[in-house]
Amino acid sequence: MKACPATILSVDRLNVTFATPDGPVHAVQDLDFNVATGETLGIVGESGSGKSQTVLALLGLLAANGVAAGRALFDGKDLLALPEAHLRTIRGAQIAMIFQDPMTSLNPYLTIGRQMSTVLRQHQGMDRRAAWRECEALLDAVQITAARRRLGMYPHELSGGMRQRVMIATALLCKPALLIADEPTTALDVTVQAQILDLMHELRSEFSTSVILITHDLGVVAGSCDRVLVMHEGMQEEAGSTADVFYRSRNDYTRSLLDAVPRLDGEHADPTRKAPTNDGEPVLSAKGVSVEFSVSGGRLFVAPQVLRAVDDINIEVRPGETVGIVGESGCGKSTLARAMLRLVDSCGGSTCLLNRDLSALDGEELRTARRDMQMIFQDPLASLNPRMTIGRIVMEPLETFYPQLDPADRTRRVADMLTRVGLDASCVNRYPHEFSGGQCQRIGIARALISQPRLLICDEVVSALDVTVQAQIIRLLIDLQQQLDLAIVFIAHDLAVVRRISHRVIVMYLGKAVEIAATDKLFFQPRHPYTRALIAAAPVPDPEVERRRQHVAVRGEVSGQLESPAGCGFQSRCPNAVAECEQRPPAMALHGETWVACHQP
Amino acid sequence: MSESIRQSIGRSLWHDAWVVLRRNRAAITALVILALFTIAVIVGPLFSAYSIDATDWDNISIAPSISSGHWFGTDALGRDLLVRTLQGGRISLLVGIVATLVSLVIGITYGAVSGYFGGRVDQVMMRIVDILYALPFMFLVILLMVFFGRNILLIFVAIGAINWLDMARIVRGQTLSLKNREFIEAARAGGVTTARIIGRHIVPNLLGVVAVYVTLTIPQVILVESFLSFLGLGVQEPMTSWGALVNEGAQEMENAPWMLIFPAVFLTITLFCFNFLGDGLRDALDPRDRGASL
Repeated sequence: MKACPATILSVDRLNVTFATPDGPVHAVQDLDFNVATGETLGIVGESGSGKSQTVLALLGLLAANGVAAGRALFDGKDLLALPEAHLRTIRGAQIAMIFQDPMTSLNPYLTIGRQMSTVLRQHQGMDRRAAWRECEALLDAVQITAARRRLGMYPHELSGGMRQRVMIATALLCKPALLIADEPTTALDVTVQAQILDLMHELRSEFSTSVILITHDLGVVAGSCDRVLVMHEGMQEEAGSTADVFYRSRNDYTRSLLDAVPRLDGEHADPTRKAPTNDGEPVLSAKGVSVEFSVSGGRLFVAPQVLRAVDDINIEVRPGETVGIVGESGCGKSTLARAMLRLVDSCGGSTCLLNRDLSALDGEELRTARRDMQMIFQDPLASLNPRMTIGRIVMEPLETFYPQLDPADRTRRVADMLTRVGLDASCVNRYPHEFSGGQCQRIGIARALISQPRLLICDEVVSALDVTVQAQIIRLLIDLQQQLDLAIVFIAHDLAVVRRISHRVIVMYLGKAVEIAATDKLFFQPRHPYTRALIAAAPVPDPEVERRRQHVAVRGEVSGQLESPAGCGFQSRCPNAVAECEQRPPAMALHGETWVACHQP
Repeated sequence: MSESIRQSIGRSLWHDAWVVLRRNRAAITALVILALFTIAVIVGPLFSAYSIDATDWDNISIAPSISSGHWFGTDALGRDLLVRTLQGGRISLLVGIVATLVSLVIGITYGAVSGYFGGRVDQVMMRIVDILYALPFMFLVILLMVFFGRNILLIFVAIGAINWLDMARIVRGQTLSLKNREFIEAARAGGVTTARIIGRHIVPNLLGVVAVYVTLTIPQVILVESFLSFLGLGVQEPMTSWGALVNEGAQEMENAPWMLIFPAVFLTITLFCFNFLGDGLRDALDPRDRGASL
């Protein structure tokens, strides 16, 4: 710890309790921490650890049934004892907050300028003109180009990263002494996340504010916090300097968290995993898959514009092999998965499952073919029908594909499958909402595997889960793959997760594959500049490594596909773009053992 | 254990809902009252000393009294109000329940199919609904009367034919938002047939909204029937309904308030009961609201 400069916030025995119909729930228990001037404190914990409730309690923003007890001295005043009217003058002015989702925390009906200037007029009584000038200056500070023009725009006209910049600018308007950021980058793409974290780091020194950064991502903490507080089930597990927590922690929980995080650097996570033999017939073989959506269609006299969400993708997956697909949001990876399963119609190419052309099948034939290809979804709870019991959910594929089985046999298979995915077979009569996210995902896996498919498509299956649960689910998928010789297509935006599970990886950008390589090749010798940018931007849970690294390899964000230029889709962000990139799109070509689509690999 | 598993997989949404509903005191009270009313309106008139159209010349327009034998009093024509209220209840409850059931079955099927298929199918199906909406209700009723003569069944048909339109629209809207949920996609990816997706995945998830809407529809239907009766298109004297009785009572309420009070109390209690029952059903049909103890 530093030689303690002035403490700006000192929290003493904070308790947060919610009154619920099932009795009181203690969300936060006996929490003590201090924030010094100019430092960044990271609060880390899994979902439900009470990290968000802690700061909401400080700001007096708890839900109506929540009660906070204890003391929180800020600037000589106890925040928990202040009347609401007084607290309101502190909120926004001296303590500002940035929320997770930049879309929902901006009012869609007001322009950026209106929303930002309200803060200044409210807290500092500025007139309209002065307030707008100030707002413009701050948008400049958060590196938004053409700031004056942006002030007149509505939130939906800005990209996700830009909106989060606006949120940060709004939070900084009154030069707060303390900035609270609740998962500020969780909803953003990894390359944008790197830019935002960078920006917050710069601004912290420029405005000399203290920051409380709440996150579940240990990589983010490692790169940007001075001290870390680890929370678990409402209690403090450990607190200390970032280096102490990451390198010298003796706390079991912290260690288990750190161990669970998949990492991009270092040796392959699981050296015992062999690539499958290459001689098997491919389970799935997709050639030239393309999907087009028409946008702004359906209106009279307006020619529909065509959006090519997936553009000429080739994939082959063999038994026992996992192919990872990575890319940022909107790159078409989920659409590709749905096109391969024919959940959306593709406009070109062919998909063969076990040597049968799926694109030629129709109606009943297609339905029965689905037995061999199953899918697991991103949101574990939303993918289960809330009105069906677990037993019925898992049994449904059996009823669909094996109607000849008698009920006793079905029941037995359901029980077997549930045990296999690590659930208690006696839970069949319970409903999805009674289970945690990880358990729901196990149910989803059981449902997908009970019809004995050959191909499993996993669409962001672990991105909604906590790291320790993530690790368990990935372990489970790897085990099941080995037992059942499954072919898996694993789609994710998280490179480290993809690295842990995949044998081969396809990197997608704006609907096109830009690089295809064996996992180790891809991560150690990335050839495409976009792949390099992705790897550089991914935070690593290691403070030393994080501080040495250059994170921001590319600027800007994914451009809209509609306005994508004639040449290479990545040219506008590419650090080594040349004239040729503007003229024609690069074709896939083999460089060493890697397929790359780039003029300058 | 396998025995218990088999049992529990066999458990249905309705069975579970009933278990929860039983614990809801308001809903059960409402159910009991409705059951009592139903029995009373069916059986009651059979045991009455009076008939609905017989005039008691000695007791015209008298206040309720035990001694005269007219517990609810009599109306301006000397007819016993108790037996008329019970008789009216038969018509009102029948109209309410039958017309609502008709609109429920047609509305849910039509709306769910239209919403789930979407696109052109949806366009065509919803335009048909729009056209039917545009037909004036009175015109439809008068047309039916002209063609088929005056008949209580026609009222059911007319009301049901109009009411399912609202239901279909509501169900379609809900289906549109439901069909993009992941569990529907999961069912599609799992090869579940379309009919089964609608029947097993969509409709059960609509029931909460539908239950609330039904509790609004039944009172509405009962009131529409009384409106028709008032215009002379509904039930005809000497037959009566709660709506018609309230209507008569309202005209006499200054000199014979009981003529308004008794049928109005029955009508109000019934409507209240349907509301409580609907609320209870909505909660019971949503597994998320159930206690973890289940």
